[in-house]
This record gives sequence, structure tokens and C-alpha cells, in this order.
Amino acid sequence: MITAGRIVRLAERDRAEVQFFLDGEKRSALAGDTVLTAMLASGHALRNSEFGSEPRAGFCLMGACQDCWVWQEEGPRLRACSTPVTEGMLLRTTPPESWP
Amino acid sequence: MSDASSPKIVIIGAGPAGIRASATLVQAGLHPVVIDEGHRAGGQIYRRPPDGFVRTPKQLYGSAAVKARALHMLFDRLAAEGRLTHHAGNSVTAVHDGRLHVLREGGVQVIGYDRLILATGASDRIAPVPGWQSAGVYSLGAAQIALKAQGVALGRRIVLIGSGPLLTLVGAQLLKAGADVTAVLDTSSWRRQIRGFAGLAARPIVALRGLALRARLGGRYHSGVTLERIEADASGVTAMRWRDARGRQRITPCDMVGMGWHLRAETHLADLTGCVFDYDEQWRQWLPKTDAMGRAGNGIYLAGDGARLLGADGAEIAGRLAAAACLTDLGHVAPPIQADLRKLARLERFARGLACAFPWPAEMVRALHNEAIVCRCENVTAGAVRDGVDFGGGEANRVKSLSRAGMGRCQGRYCQLAAVELVAAKAGCATDTVGRFRGQAPVRPAPIGAFLRGD
Repeated sequence: MITAGRIVRLAERDRAEVQFFLDGEKRSALAGDTVLTAMLASGHALRNSEFGSEPRAGFCLMGACQDCWVWQEEGPRLRACSTPVTEGMLLRTTPPESWP
Repeated sequence: MSDASSPKIVIIGAGPAGIRASATLVQAGLHPVVIDEGHRAGGQIYRRPPDGFVRTPKQLYGSAAVKARALHMLFDRLAAEGRLTHHAGNSVTAVHDGRLHVLREGGVQVIGYDRLILATGASDRIAPVPGWQSAGVYSLGAAQIALKAQGVALGRRIVLIGSGPLLTLVGAQLLKAGADVTAVLDTSSWRRQIRGFAGLAARPIVALRGLALRARLGGRYHSGVTLERIEADASGVTAMRWRDARGRQRITPCDMVGMGWHLRAETHLADLTGCVFDYDEQWRQWLPKTDAMGRAGNGIYLAGDGARLLGADGAEIAGRLAAAACLTDLGHVAPPIQADLRKLARLERFARGLACAFPWPAEMVRALHNEAIVCRCENVTAGAVRDGVDFGGGEANRVKSLSRAGMGRCQGRYCQLAAVELVAAKAGCATDTVGRFRGQAPVRPAPIGAFLRGD
């Protein structure tokens, strides 16, 4: 599978497709992907740093660095490296409009 | 379930150490509670992909496939037979007064214990390189997890930097899986690596396996390099700028950099339980103090890389020993330990050899320019850390308060060692006299709502 994102799928490509929404746009991923894998399969970043101008795309992938927290349309942020992507998930790279 | 009269033993972590500790307790007729952040037991080194993935253990774990599979099957069997309680996907955020705060879906649950075995493992030991805050920079462990648990490479053109066994291993694993690894840059020189030889000879087969993996990297591998900076544009990493052992400048285009200098013990929970810490000169980090069995006092036992950085095989042994110590202290019959203690001593010699051959890059960290970022969470610079010494003196926690290095969301896991190195250099004192960042609860970020529910 050719992807335009940061990651390259090297194995385990034969899995069911899962649809999710990123910043309102429909994207597809594979069942068993983490949110991090799903987002970076077609994108280059998960969020922007609150303390600098650079985008962030995760760092440790084991739940220790907390670099990969992403926003959801509704409800709490989630840690992308340790959360499986699910059908219809509504994810954002920026805080929702309603966020104070 | 265990009856009310039997002691409640909680094990935190279901990697090699946690699995062996649980099995040893089950063998003695006890029913341990195992809390782990992973969705499936195995830990990081033997991490399992989600259900529905098809690669074989041999493809996933290479020469360690038999060990990985044995651990997975053992734990799954004990869980299926109801001989232990497994809380998967749960994080322990605090320990106080014999009680654990456990973050799980739906809120925080308090779990009490009589004895606690901490098998919390380790993460990559990171030294900052200018530009490391850019998107596309990952730890070496992250590169390995992505490959193992997701079947992906984190970039199209990959450069790996750092030093230690994982540098070579991850490079070889990525190449084998078909990733484009352009360069593997080791800050340790060949001369330095040979100095560790006496220790490495304690496990000749493992050492030879390492050399064979190194050979697979071919001309991509460079020892004794100087890392200058990770170049990036608005979308992330574009190149690695470095100097080879002869001082020639090289620029290697890439879109991903994996970095790490061996491991840093995960000790936040040990800290909260009140463990005493000693500075380990060879590993250049603070490690909780235990006896040979892993006893830390007050009913706390430590096992695996969270206490002593001996790798997966050492973690299995340390898990058995910690459980044996716990059983002895409870007046139960414990399994024999002499053979395990001897094996552990050999692994210790090997690990010391590794520490000597692939050292922490203290000089590189001390030479960081003031604009370089040390704390990746909040983009605190080396200059801000040095300024902290001017205001508050050469003490780690004062510099932490003044500069905010170590106060971000990772709680100093990835900046502490570098920050302390900078403080020592600036204050003109030894690294161990600077002290260490105190661990603070919650040791993982937790939403406020998790504490409110149910009240």
C-alpha cells in the first residue's frame, strides 16, 4: 500500500479497513492500528507543540513521553501511541473550537 | 480468587520480570494481582501485536522467539486458569500507605497491597541533540515497537543515532523488515567498545550475535561519530548533520531519526514508595537500592530493568528472585535461588561491559549550545537550565523549579539525565552531588474527571 504519510507499512497489510475522521476529513486505517499509526499513515504530525512552532509526531511509543496526546471532537484527549483506532473516531490535530 | 487470609501481593508490570515473579508466586499457591499498561502481557521487549496480526514469533523476536513465546504462553495460561488477576491497560499513578491509585477506563481505583513487586522496566536513555524536538525524531525503542507491534517503519529514510546494543539491533531489524536505514551513527569509538570486551566475554554467544548484527549493517555503521544537529523544516526532519571519526562533516538526508543511549530505569513508583537511591557511576543514573534478591524494604521488591539494567534474561531471573524473597519474608517455602544468583552475577558482568563499551555521551551533553532544547515537553533550553544554576545553585530540584526542566508531561523521564549533566558542568561539581529529580504523583497524566467519578 502506498501512503503519503510519515510511516511506511512493512508488514501486516492484510487487515480490515477502518474509517475515521481527522480534522473533519475522512481517512482510512487498518484494524489494529494505534491512533498514532492511523494518523501518521496519511499525515506528518499529530499536533503542534504548545511551547514552540514545530509539529509533533510522538517520540517513545510506550506511553512514557506523553508527546502524542491528540484531541478528539468531543470528550477527552487521548494518548495516540497506546489507543487503538476505532471506526468513526473523530480526531483533531488542534483543540476543538469550544475549548476555552 | 485468593481467600481473605492470604496476603495480597501486587506486581506492577507484565514484562519478563513481572511474568516470572507472578509464576513463582502462583507456584507457591498464592494469587497475585498483576497491573500492566500493556493490552497483552509481554512488556516492551516481548511486546505482542494486537489480535489479528499474523507474523510468527520468529519474525517478531528473532533469536529470542522461544523465550518470548514461553513467557506469553505461561502468563496467558495462568490468567486463563484464574490463578492470577490481570489488570491490563491500567496505569498505576500513585503509591501511598500500602495503596495504589490505578487509572483505568472509568476512573481511578484504589487497590491495597501487603507486598508490592515493582517490575516497571526501562525506557531509552536519551541525550538531547539539537533539533531533537522535531517531528520524525523518535527513540530507538519507539522504532522497534512500531515495527513489532504495528508492522511499520516510522520513516522512509532512517538514520539511527546513539550507542548501545539497541542501536545495532534496531538497525538490523529494520533492514531485515525492508526499511531504508541510511546510516547508523554510534557515538562510541571502536577503541572504547574494545574496552568493554572483558565484561562482554561473560556472554560470548550474545556478544557474537551482536557482532553478526553489526556486520549486517555494513557500511551504514559508523563508530566514534560526533552528532551536530538534526535538521528540520516545517513538516519535520530533513537531515542529520554529523562528523565522522576523522572529523569530516557529513550531512545525511532523512525523514526519521531514531535515538538512544542504552536504557534508563523507570523508577518513579519506586521513588514514591520511599526507596533509597544510589548513584551508579557506570550507568550514570540513580538506581533504587536493593539486596541481591531485590528487597527494597517495607514490603517492596524490585525486579528487572527498573532496578538493574540487565536486559530481558536478567529480568526473568530477577523476577523469580524477587518473588522468592517475598515468599521467604511471608514465611512460605521459596524455590531454590543459588543457581539464579550465580546467573545474575554473570549477567551483571556482561551489563557492566556494555555500560563501558557504549557510554553515556557526557561530553556531548555538556557541550550543548544554549539554544538547544533539553526538555522536549516544554522546549526548555540548555541555557535556561544553566541560568537555573546561577539563580539557585547546583541542586537538581532547584534547577527543576526554576527552569521547568523535568516538570513537563513526561516528568523528567527524557531530560533528567541531561539536565543534571548540565547542572554539574555549570556548578563545577560531580554529577552525583547534584542529586536527582524527585518523583511526583501522578506518575502518568490523569484527567481530573478520573478522580471525581463515583464521589
